[in-house]
Amino acid sequence: MPELTRYMEPTMENNKVTNLLTDPLDVINIGLEGFATELKQQGVAVTHVDWSPPAAGDPKIADLLSKLGT
Amino acid sequence: MQLIENANQEAVTRMLSADPVLIDVIPASEAIPALKDHMILHAGPPVAWADMCGPMQGAIAGIAVFEGWASDLEDAAAKAATGAFDFHPNHHFDAVGPMTGMTTLSQPLMVVENRTYKNRAYCALNEGLGKVMRFGGNDASVLARLAWLRDSFGPAVGRALRSGDGIPLKHLIARGLTMGDEMHQRNVACSGLLLRELAPALARTADDNDELAKALAFIGGNDQFFLNVAMAMGKSIMDPVRNIHGSSIVTAMCRNGTDFGIRVSGTGDTWFTAPVEMPEGLYFPGFTEADANPDMGDSTIVETIGLGGFAMGASPAVAGFVGAGAASEAGNFTRTMSEIAAGENPEWTIPAMDYLGVPTGIDIRLVLETGLAPTINTGIAHREPGVGQVGAGVVRAPMKCFEGALIALAESVGVK
Repeated sequence: MPELTRYMEPTMENNKVTNLLTDPLDVINIGLEGFATELKQQGVAVTHVDWSPPAAGDPKIADLLSKLGT
Repeated sequence: MQLIENANQEAVTRMLSADPVLIDVIPASEAIPALKDHMILHAGPPVAWADMCGPMQGAIAGIAVFEGWASDLEDAAAKAATGAFDFHPNHHFDAVGPMTGMTTLSQPLMVVENRTYKNRAYCALNEGLGKVMRFGGNDASVLARLAWLRDSFGPAVGRALRSGDGIPLKHLIARGLTMGDEMHQRNVACSGLLLRELAPALARTADDNDELAKALAFIGGNDQFFLNVAMAMGKSIMDPVRNIHGSSIVTAMCRNGTDFGIRVSGTGDTWFTAPVEMPEGLYFPGFTEADANPDMGDSTIVETIGLGGFAMGASPAVAGFVGAGAASEAGNFTRTMSEIAAGENPEWTIPAMDYLGVPTGIDIRLVLETGLAPTINTGIAHREPGVGQVGAGVVRAPMKCFEGALIALAESVGVK
């Protein structure tokens, strides 16, 4: 298992990942607002980004938009 | 697509280079020669009598009595139901009208001339607040006011305007934006500025001091007097933008209380419609959402040129009046509408937003890509005819209009 051993070494990157589990979180939520609401209720700092797929996911309109360009 | 980019650049150039001037008030029969006896122009896209909402039917009954085409309201409604009147949208005759938007032969119409493109647009005079025909009011007091507008006030304002070179509107709007107007639900500054311009000429051309005093008090006592001027101005700005091949810029938005309709430059005069939505807002004491009529009127021409809901940042007071949130949030509406606009207007700026120009040129592609529908500030009519205004609020243009327009635009430029 040489590859796994290398990933488990205590590098700076690994420390960042570990810190995610211990430090206070500051979350950016994109799309469904329900996830942001849930986190806010648990006292987590959340910035919600109001986003939805182009043309609300309608494939025909999305295809036309890609061809007509913006 | 370069064709569309070039076409939209031309569309925005035409909007920004417009020079609208209020030049006259004349009877509709003179302004619109195609207007005939028993023809009634209404707000919004085409709609049949049977599909009209309560206030629209109420206004039609009232205007038919006013024109002498029916003996009373019941007679007028019966005649309307049997096809005695021809109904057409104001937009088909270079005109616009607020809420129900009644235009008939004897109505005095304000004339705004776009001196850059030599076209004219028309709108009836604002009747004031309370029980008025634009909200479906049709009793004796409403008809008496219309008669005074026709016989005294309209001719007086027309004489005053003809005595000079007209009142240029572009700079007046620019000043109004700095004074807290967005020109849809707040017109107090522009109404005052217009009165300042108009009063000397009214006085010089008046032949009856009592009528002069009454006219001055009528304008001075109506904070929304300027709305109808702004609407005729909007129509005069947008009409030269029609029929630019490939352009995805919206040239008209309007509603008849049943359907919402849009026109897009590249698709000519075709209407793209969808059922109109209910405004969300605040109600006058004694009224609730259950009393409200769906959205109505040609006044969305104001949003089409970047004012109204698009200029909410200039008018924090309106955000509270229409129930759109805190005054500090007003700028968010303008910023959001900037995301669906092809450009901004460097002459119509908002000081509180670091002189941001109002969003100009609604691009249907951006509306659909972002999912952001145009925001419209609007009055709310009672759903029953004859009652009048019951509140004010915000409403969104239905996305289905923009989807239909995009499909038609794609076909017009050979894209499948």
